[in-house]
Amino acid sequence: MARAATSQRKVLNTALAWAVGFLIFFPILWTILTSFKTEAQAIASPPIFLNFDWTLENYAVVQERSNYMRFLWNSIIIAGGSTILGTIIAIPAAWSMAFVPSKRTKDILLWMLSTKMLPAVGVLYPIYLLFIKMGLLDSRAGLVIVLMLINLPIIVWMLYTYFREIPGEILEAARMDGATLKDEILYVLTPMAIPGIASTLLLNFILAWNEAFWTLNLTAANAAPLTAFIASYSSPEGLFYAKLSAASTMAIAPILILGWFSQKQLVRGLTFGAVK
Amino acid sequence: MATQHSRSAARLMMAPAVILLLGWMLVPLTMTLFFSFKKYLPLRGDSMANGLEWVGFDNYVRFVSSSSFWPSIQATLIIVGGVLAITIVLGVLLAILLDQPMWGQGIVRILVIAPFFVMPTVSALVWKNMFMDPVNGLLAHLWRAFGAEPVQWLSQASLPSLIMIVSWQWLPFATLILLTAIQSLDSEQLEAAEMDGAPVLKRFWFIVLPHLSRAITIVILIQTIFLLALFAEIFVTTGGAFGTKTLSYLIFQRVLESQNVGLGSAGGVYAIILANIVAIFLMRIVGKNLDA
Amino acid sequence: MGRIVLDQVSKSFGEVEVIPPLDLTIEDGEFTVFVGPSGCGKSTLLRLIAGLEDSSGGHIRIDGADATNVPPAKRGLAMVFQSYALYPHMSVRKNIAFPLRMAKLDQVEIDRRVDGAAAVLNLGDYLDRRPGQLSGGQRQRVAIGRAIVREPAAFLFDEPLSNLDAALRVGMRLEISELHKRLQTTMVYVTHDQVEAMTMADKIVVLHAGRVEQVGSPLELYRAPRNTFVAGFIGSPKMNLLEGPEAAKHNARTIGTRPEHIAISETDGEWAGTVGVSEHLGSDTFFHVKCDAFPEPLTVRASGEMTVGYGAKVFLTPDPAHLHRFDEQGLRLE
Repeated sequence: MARAATSQRKVLNTALAWAVGFLIFFPILWTILTSFKTEAQAIASPPIFLNFDWTLENYAVVQERSNYMRFLWNSIIIAGGSTILGTIIAIPAAWSMAFVPSKRTKDILLWMLSTKMLPAVGVLYPIYLLFIKMGLLDSRAGLVIVLMLINLPIIVWMLYTYFREIPGEILEAARMDGATLKDEILYVLTPMAIPGIASTLLLNFILAWNEAFWTLNLTAANAAPLTAFIASYSSPEGLFYAKLSAASTMAIAPILILGWFSQKQLVRGLTFGAVK
Repeated sequence: MATQHSRSAARLMMAPAVILLLGWMLVPLTMTLFFSFKKYLPLRGDSMANGLEWVGFDNYVRFVSSSSFWPSIQATLIIVGGVLAITIVLGVLLAILLDQPMWGQGIVRILVIAPFFVMPTVSALVWKNMFMDPVNGLLAHLWRAFGAEPVQWLSQASLPSLIMIVSWQWLPFATLILLTAIQSLDSEQLEAAEMDGAPVLKRFWFIVLPHLSRAITIVILIQTIFLLALFAEIFVTTGGAFGTKTLSYLIFQRVLESQNVGLGSAGGVYAIILANIVAIFLMRIVGKNLDA
Repeated sequence: MGRIVLDQVSKSFGEVEVIPPLDLTIEDGEFTVFVGPSGCGKSTLLRLIAGLEDSSGGHIRIDGADATNVPPAKRGLAMVFQSYALYPHMSVRKNIAFPLRMAKLDQVEIDRRVDGAAAVLNLGDYLDRRPGQLSGGQRQRVAIGRAIVREPAAFLFDEPLSNLDAALRVGMRLEISELHKRLQTTMVYVTHDQVEAMTMADKIVVLHAGRVEQVGSPLELYRAPRNTFVAGFIGSPKMNLLEGPEAAKHNARTIGTRPEHIAISETDGEWAGTVGVSEHLGSDTFFHVKCDAFPEPLTVRASGEMTVGYGAKVFLTPDPAHLHRFDEQGLRLE
């Protein structure tokens, strides 16, 4: 469309969109900036935006005082472990639904989704009790299991939508070529679905990383991931803005970067294929 | 279409996922249901081993008649409704804006989406301390700059503050989905309407909005399910004080803080029923889409 | 070796019977074509032979051994799919080698066979490419290569040419025929295109609604179609099937005459009519003639030199030696 008004409108759109984008992003930007300030500059009035003495001191203090690395490690184990475990369980299930559909496939898929909608608080005490009985309370293994179960429906669902895009004839060709079921999944389906599997892993890693009900309620000192670490800043450390900011930046930076890569898959993953 | 062999293989391969989820659903659900009919106060010595006293529907009645029940329903409705209204309205506007030709669209998209990836505890804490703190918060500075008295956000305007924080987190989600939906709108339809002489607002009202209606419904349903379960944001900011105790939070307090498991479980059953009502509508839409 | 016998084989999907019990023998080394309109069950029949679908009844024997419940990989058959079904993440070499790798052959033997197949199919220069970088014809050749290396008892082709453009299709048709002459292996080929069937087959199986309408060599089917369905399906343009008093004159419910067996004249003949649209192919011209005796226009082939304008009065005379007669059930009368 080549119209006279177009370029003028484009300038206007650009300015407006950038302004809105900046405004929405501002809390994150402000947190990152504050993390490099001294505590005094962090609460200076009027607020200082850029011309402060940049320092890394807060990061050192946060690590030293609260052992940031251990929380980070817990987050990685819990989010990574639950995602990988869930994917290993979900790939065969998604294969079945995508390539050997039956009358019940749709019902099973929807039922799986419905488990995702169970309000966590409704089953909090039973899980809490079971965890105590099984010695899983405040253990990374316990959280890996719970987060895996929570995200399993989304993982199955996402893989299912990706697998459905792979023509069944290719798997039949593999079968004709003498591939066993294991060969078929390992050498043909999985390599072909690598992009889909990668996006599934990515999105579910993010969801598990940010999960803040079970991670807060089922951990104490040992298995607490970053969500709990930040919650512990609630007070009185929260009044030390620079350190709070440094801790927050460290908790969200890895996932922000991953998240930007996964933005395209986000829609598919979170709407269960209902919006394309 | 497949052979008997592949069908039985399929059943076998589906089994682990199905059994795990079935267990995950049925075991705790049954326990919650069981506890909800019992007097169960672990701190007062009640335990499964000693046997629990059957109290019938007592817990259900007491949960509803407690003084915090109706305020919690009210808080839940205000928060869910407020966040939905804000994210949908702003989401539609933002999606339309982002769909326009501009420079650096990719970067703007990234900026807009970012809040969705921020851990709930982080966003709650950052908003609470660095923005809404009545002394040192950025908003307080802003108010003072205009000569106004800073607002005690989380105590005097607790619900609007919470709505603001949660809306900030969910706006990217709504925007992203609505943007995806807008991009699937056939631009020739809009051009045809323009040729027919429909002005911008009419085109929005009669073509864009109806096209978005399905996506909006989905955003409403999915967000509702997540918002009903809102936890970390309340936990970190107000801890349920100042009228921000939602139904979920009330149940959490009954179960873990005051350790009245029976009462909390009855509340849990209410929450499950509520979530299921919403879920049924979502399932219908998703299910229809599966057939297509 | 590759003799395939179907004995009362049937297939139902739930309540729907797609293929009623059916007997068929495919001889070793024969090029057999299953042809029929879409939805006639020809692909299902092929998939039953391949083992990709279970038969609902009957037995499938391959070289005398009962293969009814043998999984596809163990039947010793190779299949070329309509979409070629190449593995997009593997090079051409890996694609062709895949069945050998699955059979756990040693690498030296795999390389020998892959190179051999590549030489036969002119794929030598493309072995390190991915399928995505190949043209349609080349992909087709890779799919055939993957089938050849297994040295199967029989090749199954499921509409292999339908994704190619017209020019390429003719070329591939010749290549597959050539391959069959060279390998002398049984081939079962499914198509909806009767031209492919006529040009390639040793034996044609015409299918309609899951039933075998006729089995025979191309010329048998052309010369003596067993019923009106086969008569109308085999041959291009289609045979003119005519009913009414003119058919009754020949003691038949329906008479059939091919466009090439009708003489057209401007002066005299058996049926008077008016010329409608003419299609000039250069060598031949097809006239669509509306005769007074029949409601439907007739197609007539004439020499490319003949020119008769739209609306001209003409006379048609069917060649009595090539007149087909059919009874009330549509069956051929001798």
